[in-house]
Amino acid sequence: MLDARIPSGPLEQKWEKCRFEMQLVSPANRRKYTIIVVGAGLAGASAAATLGQQGYRVHCFSYHDTPRRAHSIAAQGGINAAKNYRNDGDSVYRLFYDTIKGGDFRSREANVYRLAELSLNIIDQCVAQGVPFAREYGGLLDTRSFGGVQVQRTFYARGQTGQQLLLGAYQALQEQIAAGTVTMHTRTEMLDLVLIGGRVRGIITRDLLTGAIDAHVADAVVLATGGYSNVFYLSTNAKASNCTAIWRAYRRGALFANPCFTQIHPTCIPQSSEHQSKLTLMSESLRNDGRVWVPKKKGDTRPPNDIPEDERDYFLERRYPRFGNLVPRDLASRAAKEVCDEGRGVGPQGRGVYLDFADAIKRMGVEEVREKYGNIFDMYEKITGEDAYKVPMRIYPAPHYTMGGLWVDYHLMSNLPGLFVAGEANFSDHGANRLGASALMQGLADGYFILPATIPNYLATNSLEPVSVSHPAFSQAKAEVAERLQKLLKIRGRRSPDSFHRELGKLMWDKCGMTRSAQSLREALARLPELRQEFWENLALVGTGEELNQSLEKANRVSDFLELAELMCIDALHREESCGCHFRIESQTPDEEAKRDDERFCYVAAWEWKGPDRAPELHKEPLTFEYVHLTQRSYK
Amino acid sequence: MKTSRVSSANPLVMLWNSVIGKKIVMAVTGAVLVLFVIAHMLGNLKVYGGQQTMNAYARFLREMGWPILGHEEGLWAVRIILLVCVVLHVTAATQLTRLSWQARPQEYHEWKGLASTFASRTMRWGGVLLLVFIVFHILHMTFGVVGFSPGQFKHLAVYQNVVAGFSVWPVSLFYIVAMVALGLHLDHGIWSAIQTLGFNSGRNEHVLKLVSRAIAVIVVLGFISVPVSVMVGWVR
Amino acid sequence: MKFTLRIWRQKSREAPGKFVTYQVDGITPDMSFLEMLDVLNEELLARGEDPVAFEHDCREGICGSCGFLINGLAHGGRRGTTVCQLSMRFFKDGETLTLEPWRARAFPVVRDLIVDRSAFDRIIQAGGFISAPVGSAPDANAILVPKDIADTAFEAAACIGCGACVAACPNASAMLFTAAKLVHLNVLPQGQPQRYQRTLNMVAAMEAEGFGSCTNHGECAAVCPKEIPLEFIGRMNRDLRRAIFRRRFERWRDATQ
Repeated sequence: MLDARIPSGPLEQKWEKCRFEMQLVSPANRRKYTIIVVGAGLAGASAAATLGQQGYRVHCFSYHDTPRRAHSIAAQGGINAAKNYRNDGDSVYRLFYDTIKGGDFRSREANVYRLAELSLNIIDQCVAQGVPFAREYGGLLDTRSFGGVQVQRTFYARGQTGQQLLLGAYQALQEQIAAGTVTMHTRTEMLDLVLIGGRVRGIITRDLLTGAIDAHVADAVVLATGGYSNVFYLSTNAKASNCTAIWRAYRRGALFANPCFTQIHPTCIPQSSEHQSKLTLMSESLRNDGRVWVPKKKGDTRPPNDIPEDERDYFLERRYPRFGNLVPRDLASRAAKEVCDEGRGVGPQGRGVYLDFADAIKRMGVEEVREKYGNIFDMYEKITGEDAYKVPMRIYPAPHYTMGGLWVDYHLMSNLPGLFVAGEANFSDHGANRLGASALMQGLADGYFILPATIPNYLATNSLEPVSVSHPAFSQAKAEVAERLQKLLKIRGRRSPDSFHRELGKLMWDKCGMTRSAQSLREALARLPELRQEFWENLALVGTGEELNQSLEKANRVSDFLELAELMCIDALHREESCGCHFRIESQTPDEEAKRDDERFCYVAAWEWKGPDRAPELHKEPLTFEYVHLTQRSYK
Repeated sequence: MKTSRVSSANPLVMLWNSVIGKKIVMAVTGAVLVLFVIAHMLGNLKVYGGQQTMNAYARFLREMGWPILGHEEGLWAVRIILLVCVVLHVTAATQLTRLSWQARPQEYHEWKGLASTFASRTMRWGGVLLLVFIVFHILHMTFGVVGFSPGQFKHLAVYQNVVAGFSVWPVSLFYIVAMVALGLHLDHGIWSAIQTLGFNSGRNEHVLKLVSRAIAVIVVLGFISVPVSVMVGWVR
Repeated sequence: MKFTLRIWRQKSREAPGKFVTYQVDGITPDMSFLEMLDVLNEELLARGEDPVAFEHDCREGICGSCGFLINGLAHGGRRGTTVCQLSMRFFKDGETLTLEPWRARAFPVVRDLIVDRSAFDRIIQAGGFISAPVGSAPDANAILVPKDIADTAFEAAACIGCGACVAACPNASAMLFTAAKLVHLNVLPQGQPQRYQRTLNMVAAMEAEGFGSCTNHGECAAVCPKEIPLEFIGRMNRDLRRAIFRRRFERWRDATQ
């Protein structure tokens, strides 16, 4: 039985109570503790900076050349906070409720409530750091609405909110590096986790420039290494985004929760060719003013502006009159897939729907549209060569975010003592579907507020024996890492890492993508071991491990995706219900919406590694809802 | 934030020790020199007023500020200020140039400009040419030790000196070439000084560049008109 | 489409480099420049040769990882565009493209088209932040920021730290990068307490890294993928001037009080 360590008492007082009950480390003792933070995105940079401010000795690792490159930087739309500056009925409780409901009742009430509470502090913190949020003429902060909610609680910095928040955290991190509290290890990738005496006591890394395999000792380790959408090869994630850190932790015993909960984002630029290396997301905020439609007729190839109004099907507005174009991401994505499956998709590959701004331009004028979305329109034009002020954009869903991740308790600690997991890398707050503008909120809540409170408690309540890198556990882990890399280099086969990755991605997208069935998942599960075997027999690499070798890095990451993919399919197969982004075609309501099965599946599925070629073991953390009634989600 | 990184008792020393500070010094001294050049050019136009006007102007320059200042005191003050400006301008330019050369030890095999102009790219060598010219010009028109046949140069007989000096075509040609270099230097230099001093607001950038070019063109035409007029015989 | 690529190959920081010519075929106009390089690298890998190392990540123009010179122009020289956003339809079929890494003393080549840009981090470390330890922030709307100031701050903060400004500058100067961060923080009310110390420290750090001196060519702003304007350099200079003389003024004021 998993203990999530949720404090007792009323929902509103849980975090307060927890904070009071936690032990503290006195300022003079803090520098005696070493904390490793892997990843320097929003969650990692904010955690490292804050722990540094408190006086801990922090070592922060990033595989980029500088922490400012982390993929948090690409988040466009905004960050939610229940400030109710608009006086439009928002509150902490409403943000909590929206997030639970948006997540289709597969997240923990206590965690989500805390997230909603902390959202208030996050905005304060970011403004104090100088994040240039959009402002009204009176100098007050501007907000806008975002998918899945009826209040305007999303703070934004044009279409580059993630960039501005990340730079805020990056700058705070750089301040701590200058102050000497944080040591930054750039171009260094974590490849293993080291446990001694049942506790996590360090990591093994590879220096990407020299190939040196090093051991690093710590009293606590934080993984803030992002999500694994790149298992689909084509996703909105950055090319280097990978699952290696969390997967290696999983192989060391950390539980992996809800791996099949992967979010498909509705507003991306459709794929145009086979060579495409990634999909580009356009902010969901576009759905505030754009209207989504396809032709009513199948195979209608007329240019969009020639299709008269009564021959257009505004399918989101038709199916969900109350929320219209602003329904949550999972519904918008699936609806788009369905109309394309019916043969009504638009664009060269027939996999696309229109997002039309003609009405918005008529209503607000071109200038206001440009002010709000200018940079996204520019980006669209650069990629497609089309002017979205004149012709509707074409959009299609793409893998974007993974709600699943390493299992953590209320303290964001995994089942392995001393291993904390933050941001997208953990599974904690979004259930089966994440609402727009919530990822930035969660990353920063974890990094700025939660970990800096819970890690000291762990350090203060556990007596940690001093260990050094000469401990056999470290040398053994180093040897294993080196051996695995050597094994990859020695295959000398004929297929590139990318070709395996592409095949894996296509398989996962077809069989474990927007819709899943027992049959498709079984097919994937049959194919994956073959693909993995071929990978280990026919991988082509050149060069050595003792230099900058980008293909080796890629191959190493793909080798982990090949394993993770199997766990995703196992999880998706076992969850015989539809919830949020997990849509099993066997489980639908009569009007083709997702049908949950709360009797059987109202739990977190946490999987334990049992060794290669052995089935993982399922642990269940039951979800209890004391404050929110389990209802079938309806956005009609 | 540490406060110890930059410290010096004297702000002028601090300014000089900083790369941006040196640029500011170049901009300020450059501005003084631009004002001088404009005044010089306007003074030169007195040649069209005839011998008396021109020579009276030359005498006036020596009595500037009289009776508060004595004979040539005003002129010497100006000369000293100009000399200091030239020395600072050239020293800063030399040091900054060396720094910039060191900043890119390996040149590109192929490099294309999008925004730089011929004027901006020739600031350095054009500047060297101007320095050579200034030395020549002082030896020529002020001291009369070069460019004249012996006894031809007469102190304070400016008009005659100008006519005699510019009658020698290689001298005029060098003068004209140097003035074109001056024009290019001003075209980029005036705008650049304004930008360096922070008076470019983005919106007025276009206007500033235009004004800079206009001043450069007017100054060059003013200067060049004199040797041309001498050579074609309008001024004799 | 078909292209001849002349690419700078250099094994490591110390190793000598040289141009190597490659042919790529079967490129489609909708591919991005980096996807074209992906194709080349797949072929090189198949032939058992070292793929071309180039830095890239988000491939949507925001992370700042990618960047090299294409035919002498940083990021290919298209307005407001990074290499990863360049579409092959901007090039002519059969064209020869020369790819060269950023060159500056402060940006040593790491391998092929990859350079070390950690100098930028050190400039930020010197003062490119507002000290606001977590827990100390007042309510977000307690600080009013006029819209035009917020817009200016955003315009400056849009910098992605790609280094194109240094690369394109004939003097290898980092003034546009430094100015962008200074303007971002120095115009905001939150940034005022540290404004002048920040300016002094960041400028000193920039100089210590061995970048060149600005001569206002404007090449930096012309290639900047985020179109950071040249004007910001002037603002930085103004703040530096004030910072220098302000200290003098303050010392005088303290002495006379």
